[in-house]
Amino acid sequence: MNAPLRRVAISVLVLFTLLILNVNYIQVVRSDELRTNRGNTRQLAEEYSRQRGSIVVAGNDIAKSVRTNDQLAYLRQYPQSGLYGPVTGYYSLVYGSSGLERAENDVLTGSDPRLFVRRLADLFTGRDPAGGDVVLTLDPAVQKAAMDGLKGVTGAVVALDPSTGKVLALASTPTYDPNPLSTHDPAAIRAYARKLAAQQPDPRLNQAIDERYSPGSVFKVVVAAAALSTGKYTPQTKVPAPNRLKLPDSSKQLENFNGESCNGGADQSLLDALTISCNTAFAQLGITLGEDKVRSMAEAFGIDGSKGGFDMPLHVSASTIGAIDGDAQLGTSSIGQQDVQLTPMEGAMIAAAVANQGTLMKPYLVDSIQAPDLTVVDRTKPEELGRPVSPEVAGQLTDMMTSVVARGTGRKAQIQGVQVAGKTGTAQNSATDHAWFIGFAPAGHAKIAVAVFIKNGGATGGDLSAPLARQVMQAYLDGHGG
Amino acid sequence: MTGPSTDPRAAASAPPKRRGTEAALLGFAVVITVVAQCIVDLTITGSVRPELATFGLWISGLWLAAHLVVRRWAPYADPLLLPAVAVLVGLGLAVIHRLDLAGEQVNGAATHEDAPVQLIWATLGVALFIGFLVLVRDHRTLSRYAYTLALVGLGLLAMPALLPASISEVNGAKIWIRLAGFSIQPGEFAKICLVVFFAAYLVDKRDVLALASRKVAGLELPRGRDLGPVLLAWVLSILVLVFERDLGSSLLLFGIFVVMLYIATERASWLVIGMVLFAGGASVAYQVFGHVRDRVDVWLDPFAYANGMGYQLTQSLFGLGTGGLFGAGLGGGRPDKVPVAKSDFIASAIGEELGLFGLVAVIVIYLVLVERGLRTSLVVRDAFGKLLAAGLAFAVAWQVFVVLGGVTGLLPLTGLTTPFLAYGGSSLVANFVLVAVLVRISDAARRPAAPHPAPQPRLGDAPTEIVKQ
Repeated sequence: MNAPLRRVAISVLVLFTLLILNVNYIQVVRSDELRTNRGNTRQLAEEYSRQRGSIVVAGNDIAKSVRTNDQLAYLRQYPQSGLYGPVTGYYSLVYGSSGLERAENDVLTGSDPRLFVRRLADLFTGRDPAGGDVVLTLDPAVQKAAMDGLKGVTGAVVALDPSTGKVLALASTPTYDPNPLSTHDPAAIRAYARKLAAQQPDPRLNQAIDERYSPGSVFKVVVAAAALSTGKYTPQTKVPAPNRLKLPDSSKQLENFNGESCNGGADQSLLDALTISCNTAFAQLGITLGEDKVRSMAEAFGIDGSKGGFDMPLHVSASTIGAIDGDAQLGTSSIGQQDVQLTPMEGAMIAAAVANQGTLMKPYLVDSIQAPDLTVVDRTKPEELGRPVSPEVAGQLTDMMTSVVARGTGRKAQIQGVQVAGKTGTAQNSATDHAWFIGFAPAGHAKIAVAVFIKNGGATGGDLSAPLARQVMQAYLDGHGG
Repeated sequence: MTGPSTDPRAAASAPPKRRGTEAALLGFAVVITVVAQCIVDLTITGSVRPELATFGLWISGLWLAAHLVVRRWAPYADPLLLPAVAVLVGLGLAVIHRLDLAGEQVNGAATHEDAPVQLIWATLGVALFIGFLVLVRDHRTLSRYAYTLALVGLGLLAMPALLPASISEVNGAKIWIRLAGFSIQPGEFAKICLVVFFAAYLVDKRDVLALASRKVAGLELPRGRDLGPVLLAWVLSILVLVFERDLGSSLLLFGIFVVMLYIATERASWLVIGMVLFAGGASVAYQVFGHVRDRVDVWLDPFAYANGMGYQLTQSLFGLGTGGLFGAGLGGGRPDKVPVAKSDFIASAIGEELGLFGLVAVIVIYLVLVERGLRTSLVVRDAFGKLLAAGLAFAVAWQVFVVLGGVTGLLPLTGLTTPFLAYGGSSLVANFVLVAVLVRISDAARRPAAPHPAPQPRLGDAPTEIVKQ
């Protein structure tokens, strides 16, 4: 009987090996998948059982966890409902989290390594572990001005502190109330989500950083920067500004806005061309400079589709100037049409780089991380992304953009007693035009740079977006001795 | 009959008894048991409960008693069997206590605790273990009662089916006897009785059953009229499935019988016939019984039924996946999310809190237990002992495979208990008896031959003659 016994012993070994292999498969290979499976409420219950940190703007919680009596011990609340929706995102039982709730989850739950020492201390002192707070760079007055100004339209406003890259406002409409998405009632959550999904566009999309649009004439600032940086141009350099520009190797003719004439067909100074936003002048200028110069300047400003955008810590989609096939396309690209696609955030970054003597600072939304006892455990240091233009060229661009607001297309951005620099954009697309404005103030020593974008606004950037930019900048300057 | 410690001369040249090894390993098991309890208490309540000292003394006393009895009445017994059991029981107690605390957290303080009850059952188990070793000095005695045990086993097996559902049915399976607050699963005891009977019966009949009639595709098929016993075992298993809706016991009984038949006759054809019968029975059961079909459907795609009948399995898989390599630590996970984690799904609680390493360690401990049992079977000299040890060891292996395979999604769920670990008195006590039998046989296996050995019976000799020696 020993021979079959040995075989049985080996079979048992095989069976147990199967068990062990299967357990390895479940607990190692499929571990992440099972851990994060929607039906697995372990992590969620664990997360909800601890007090999640707050998201703070100027000392006020814009997202906070309050104690409840139900099984999930804490409820997430957003006291300002839709005002900060594009920033905080939601924290949902059903849909997981989005926005900063997602990007800063580790800090908010307390599992971030920067909070490790605190956690250790909590362990020994027996205190209930709690998450850290995320303190934002946003300015409540600026955010409110931006969101109020966007009411009723689809659009975005981004405001930056040019010298540091602090995000002062990140507004996107239509917005939504994160509260109903963050309740403990799955049915109510789903009902609200269905309502949002039925809207066009879905309010959960952040127009300022998720979406990209043709910038129109706003892009002329980049082309102007490329020209000035060659050293062969000054703002006074006369450039051809024909009434109609026949595009090379193409049957198409490029016209000015509404078929207007720039300077009666005569050459025009670069400064004047930008002031009145002359299409033919900038299309020709781009063609004269060549694709390399235009493209490399765009990249220097951060318009670099190949790098896939950046995190601040919300992810900002990559802006791009697209593929340029020949001079005809280069001409239309140079006035911000063709395949040029910018996020409103990128628009603000161009303005901010010019405002900051040519140095582009990396935008950031999180000013500091606080431990549950409100001590600061980490503060974001401003980070330089690059120097697209020299301080001299930045000064020249500032003069030109000041002229735009003083006597050009951007007059509606003027602020009493403050020199404002800016550039309008009215971008053609398959529907009605997008209205853009980028700018900064005060012109010499800028405190705020903005981009205003209104999707399918149906009017020019100068008429529609410039006044909103003014309100947004005014709101900041009022509060900061502008 | 040879009693314990017969001849001093034999003992002098005897192989080492390894009782010291057993004592050291048992000590180690006690340390693991108590430390696990401490970790559970500290993690969940923040302080070690004062009764833990009593618990530690109690459990030490249990194993000390068992060890001393083995030392006195089965001195040559395999030194790994008892410690393996001790670790499993200790770990089970810790996890059950841990789930008690989880229940209290959810329901408030005043819920009843299962861990102390399990400790009582363990005590009863050790008492039976001791009683068996003291009373049964030679495992061959058992073969004398083979037919009695067969009747008892069948009676135990049939009892829940015959009793009204109000007494015998829990969660759809009619495998219980619930009286006066106690509930026992007689099937656990039936298993041992039937293995003893199978061993005695097969030793008696194996020559006949090994006779071949025809050769088909290289396989020597038995004579048609010899198919009787295996068909009987098959019918019995089907009856268990039909009347008690107990997939696990049905599978267990049939598997054990077929493997023992194979070992006894050395004919692989029995395995093939067994598998054919199994496949036939299984496919018919799948067609006819809704509960069997449900189990299979859930097994094939648990997540499709995640909120219904697949809830338990998916929660178990979530627990295992969340546990990952190292686990959440005892008391750190949420094994209470898996329904009936204390009994059927205790392995998923271990996987969640002790991680892959913990669960594999448990599987390896079972493997040690089983392989030591099979080794005993290899070494022991009498055919009945051989077959009995093999049957019992395989029973443990098969049960562990089916249960853990079910809990981890490798096999359809069957509803067997995890030996020694799971909460449940019948299972624990029955398995203590099972190990007592293995210890008894291993003592005989490793005991040096008597100086004037009686002529060894030929392998073909009938067990009745062996008993008469």
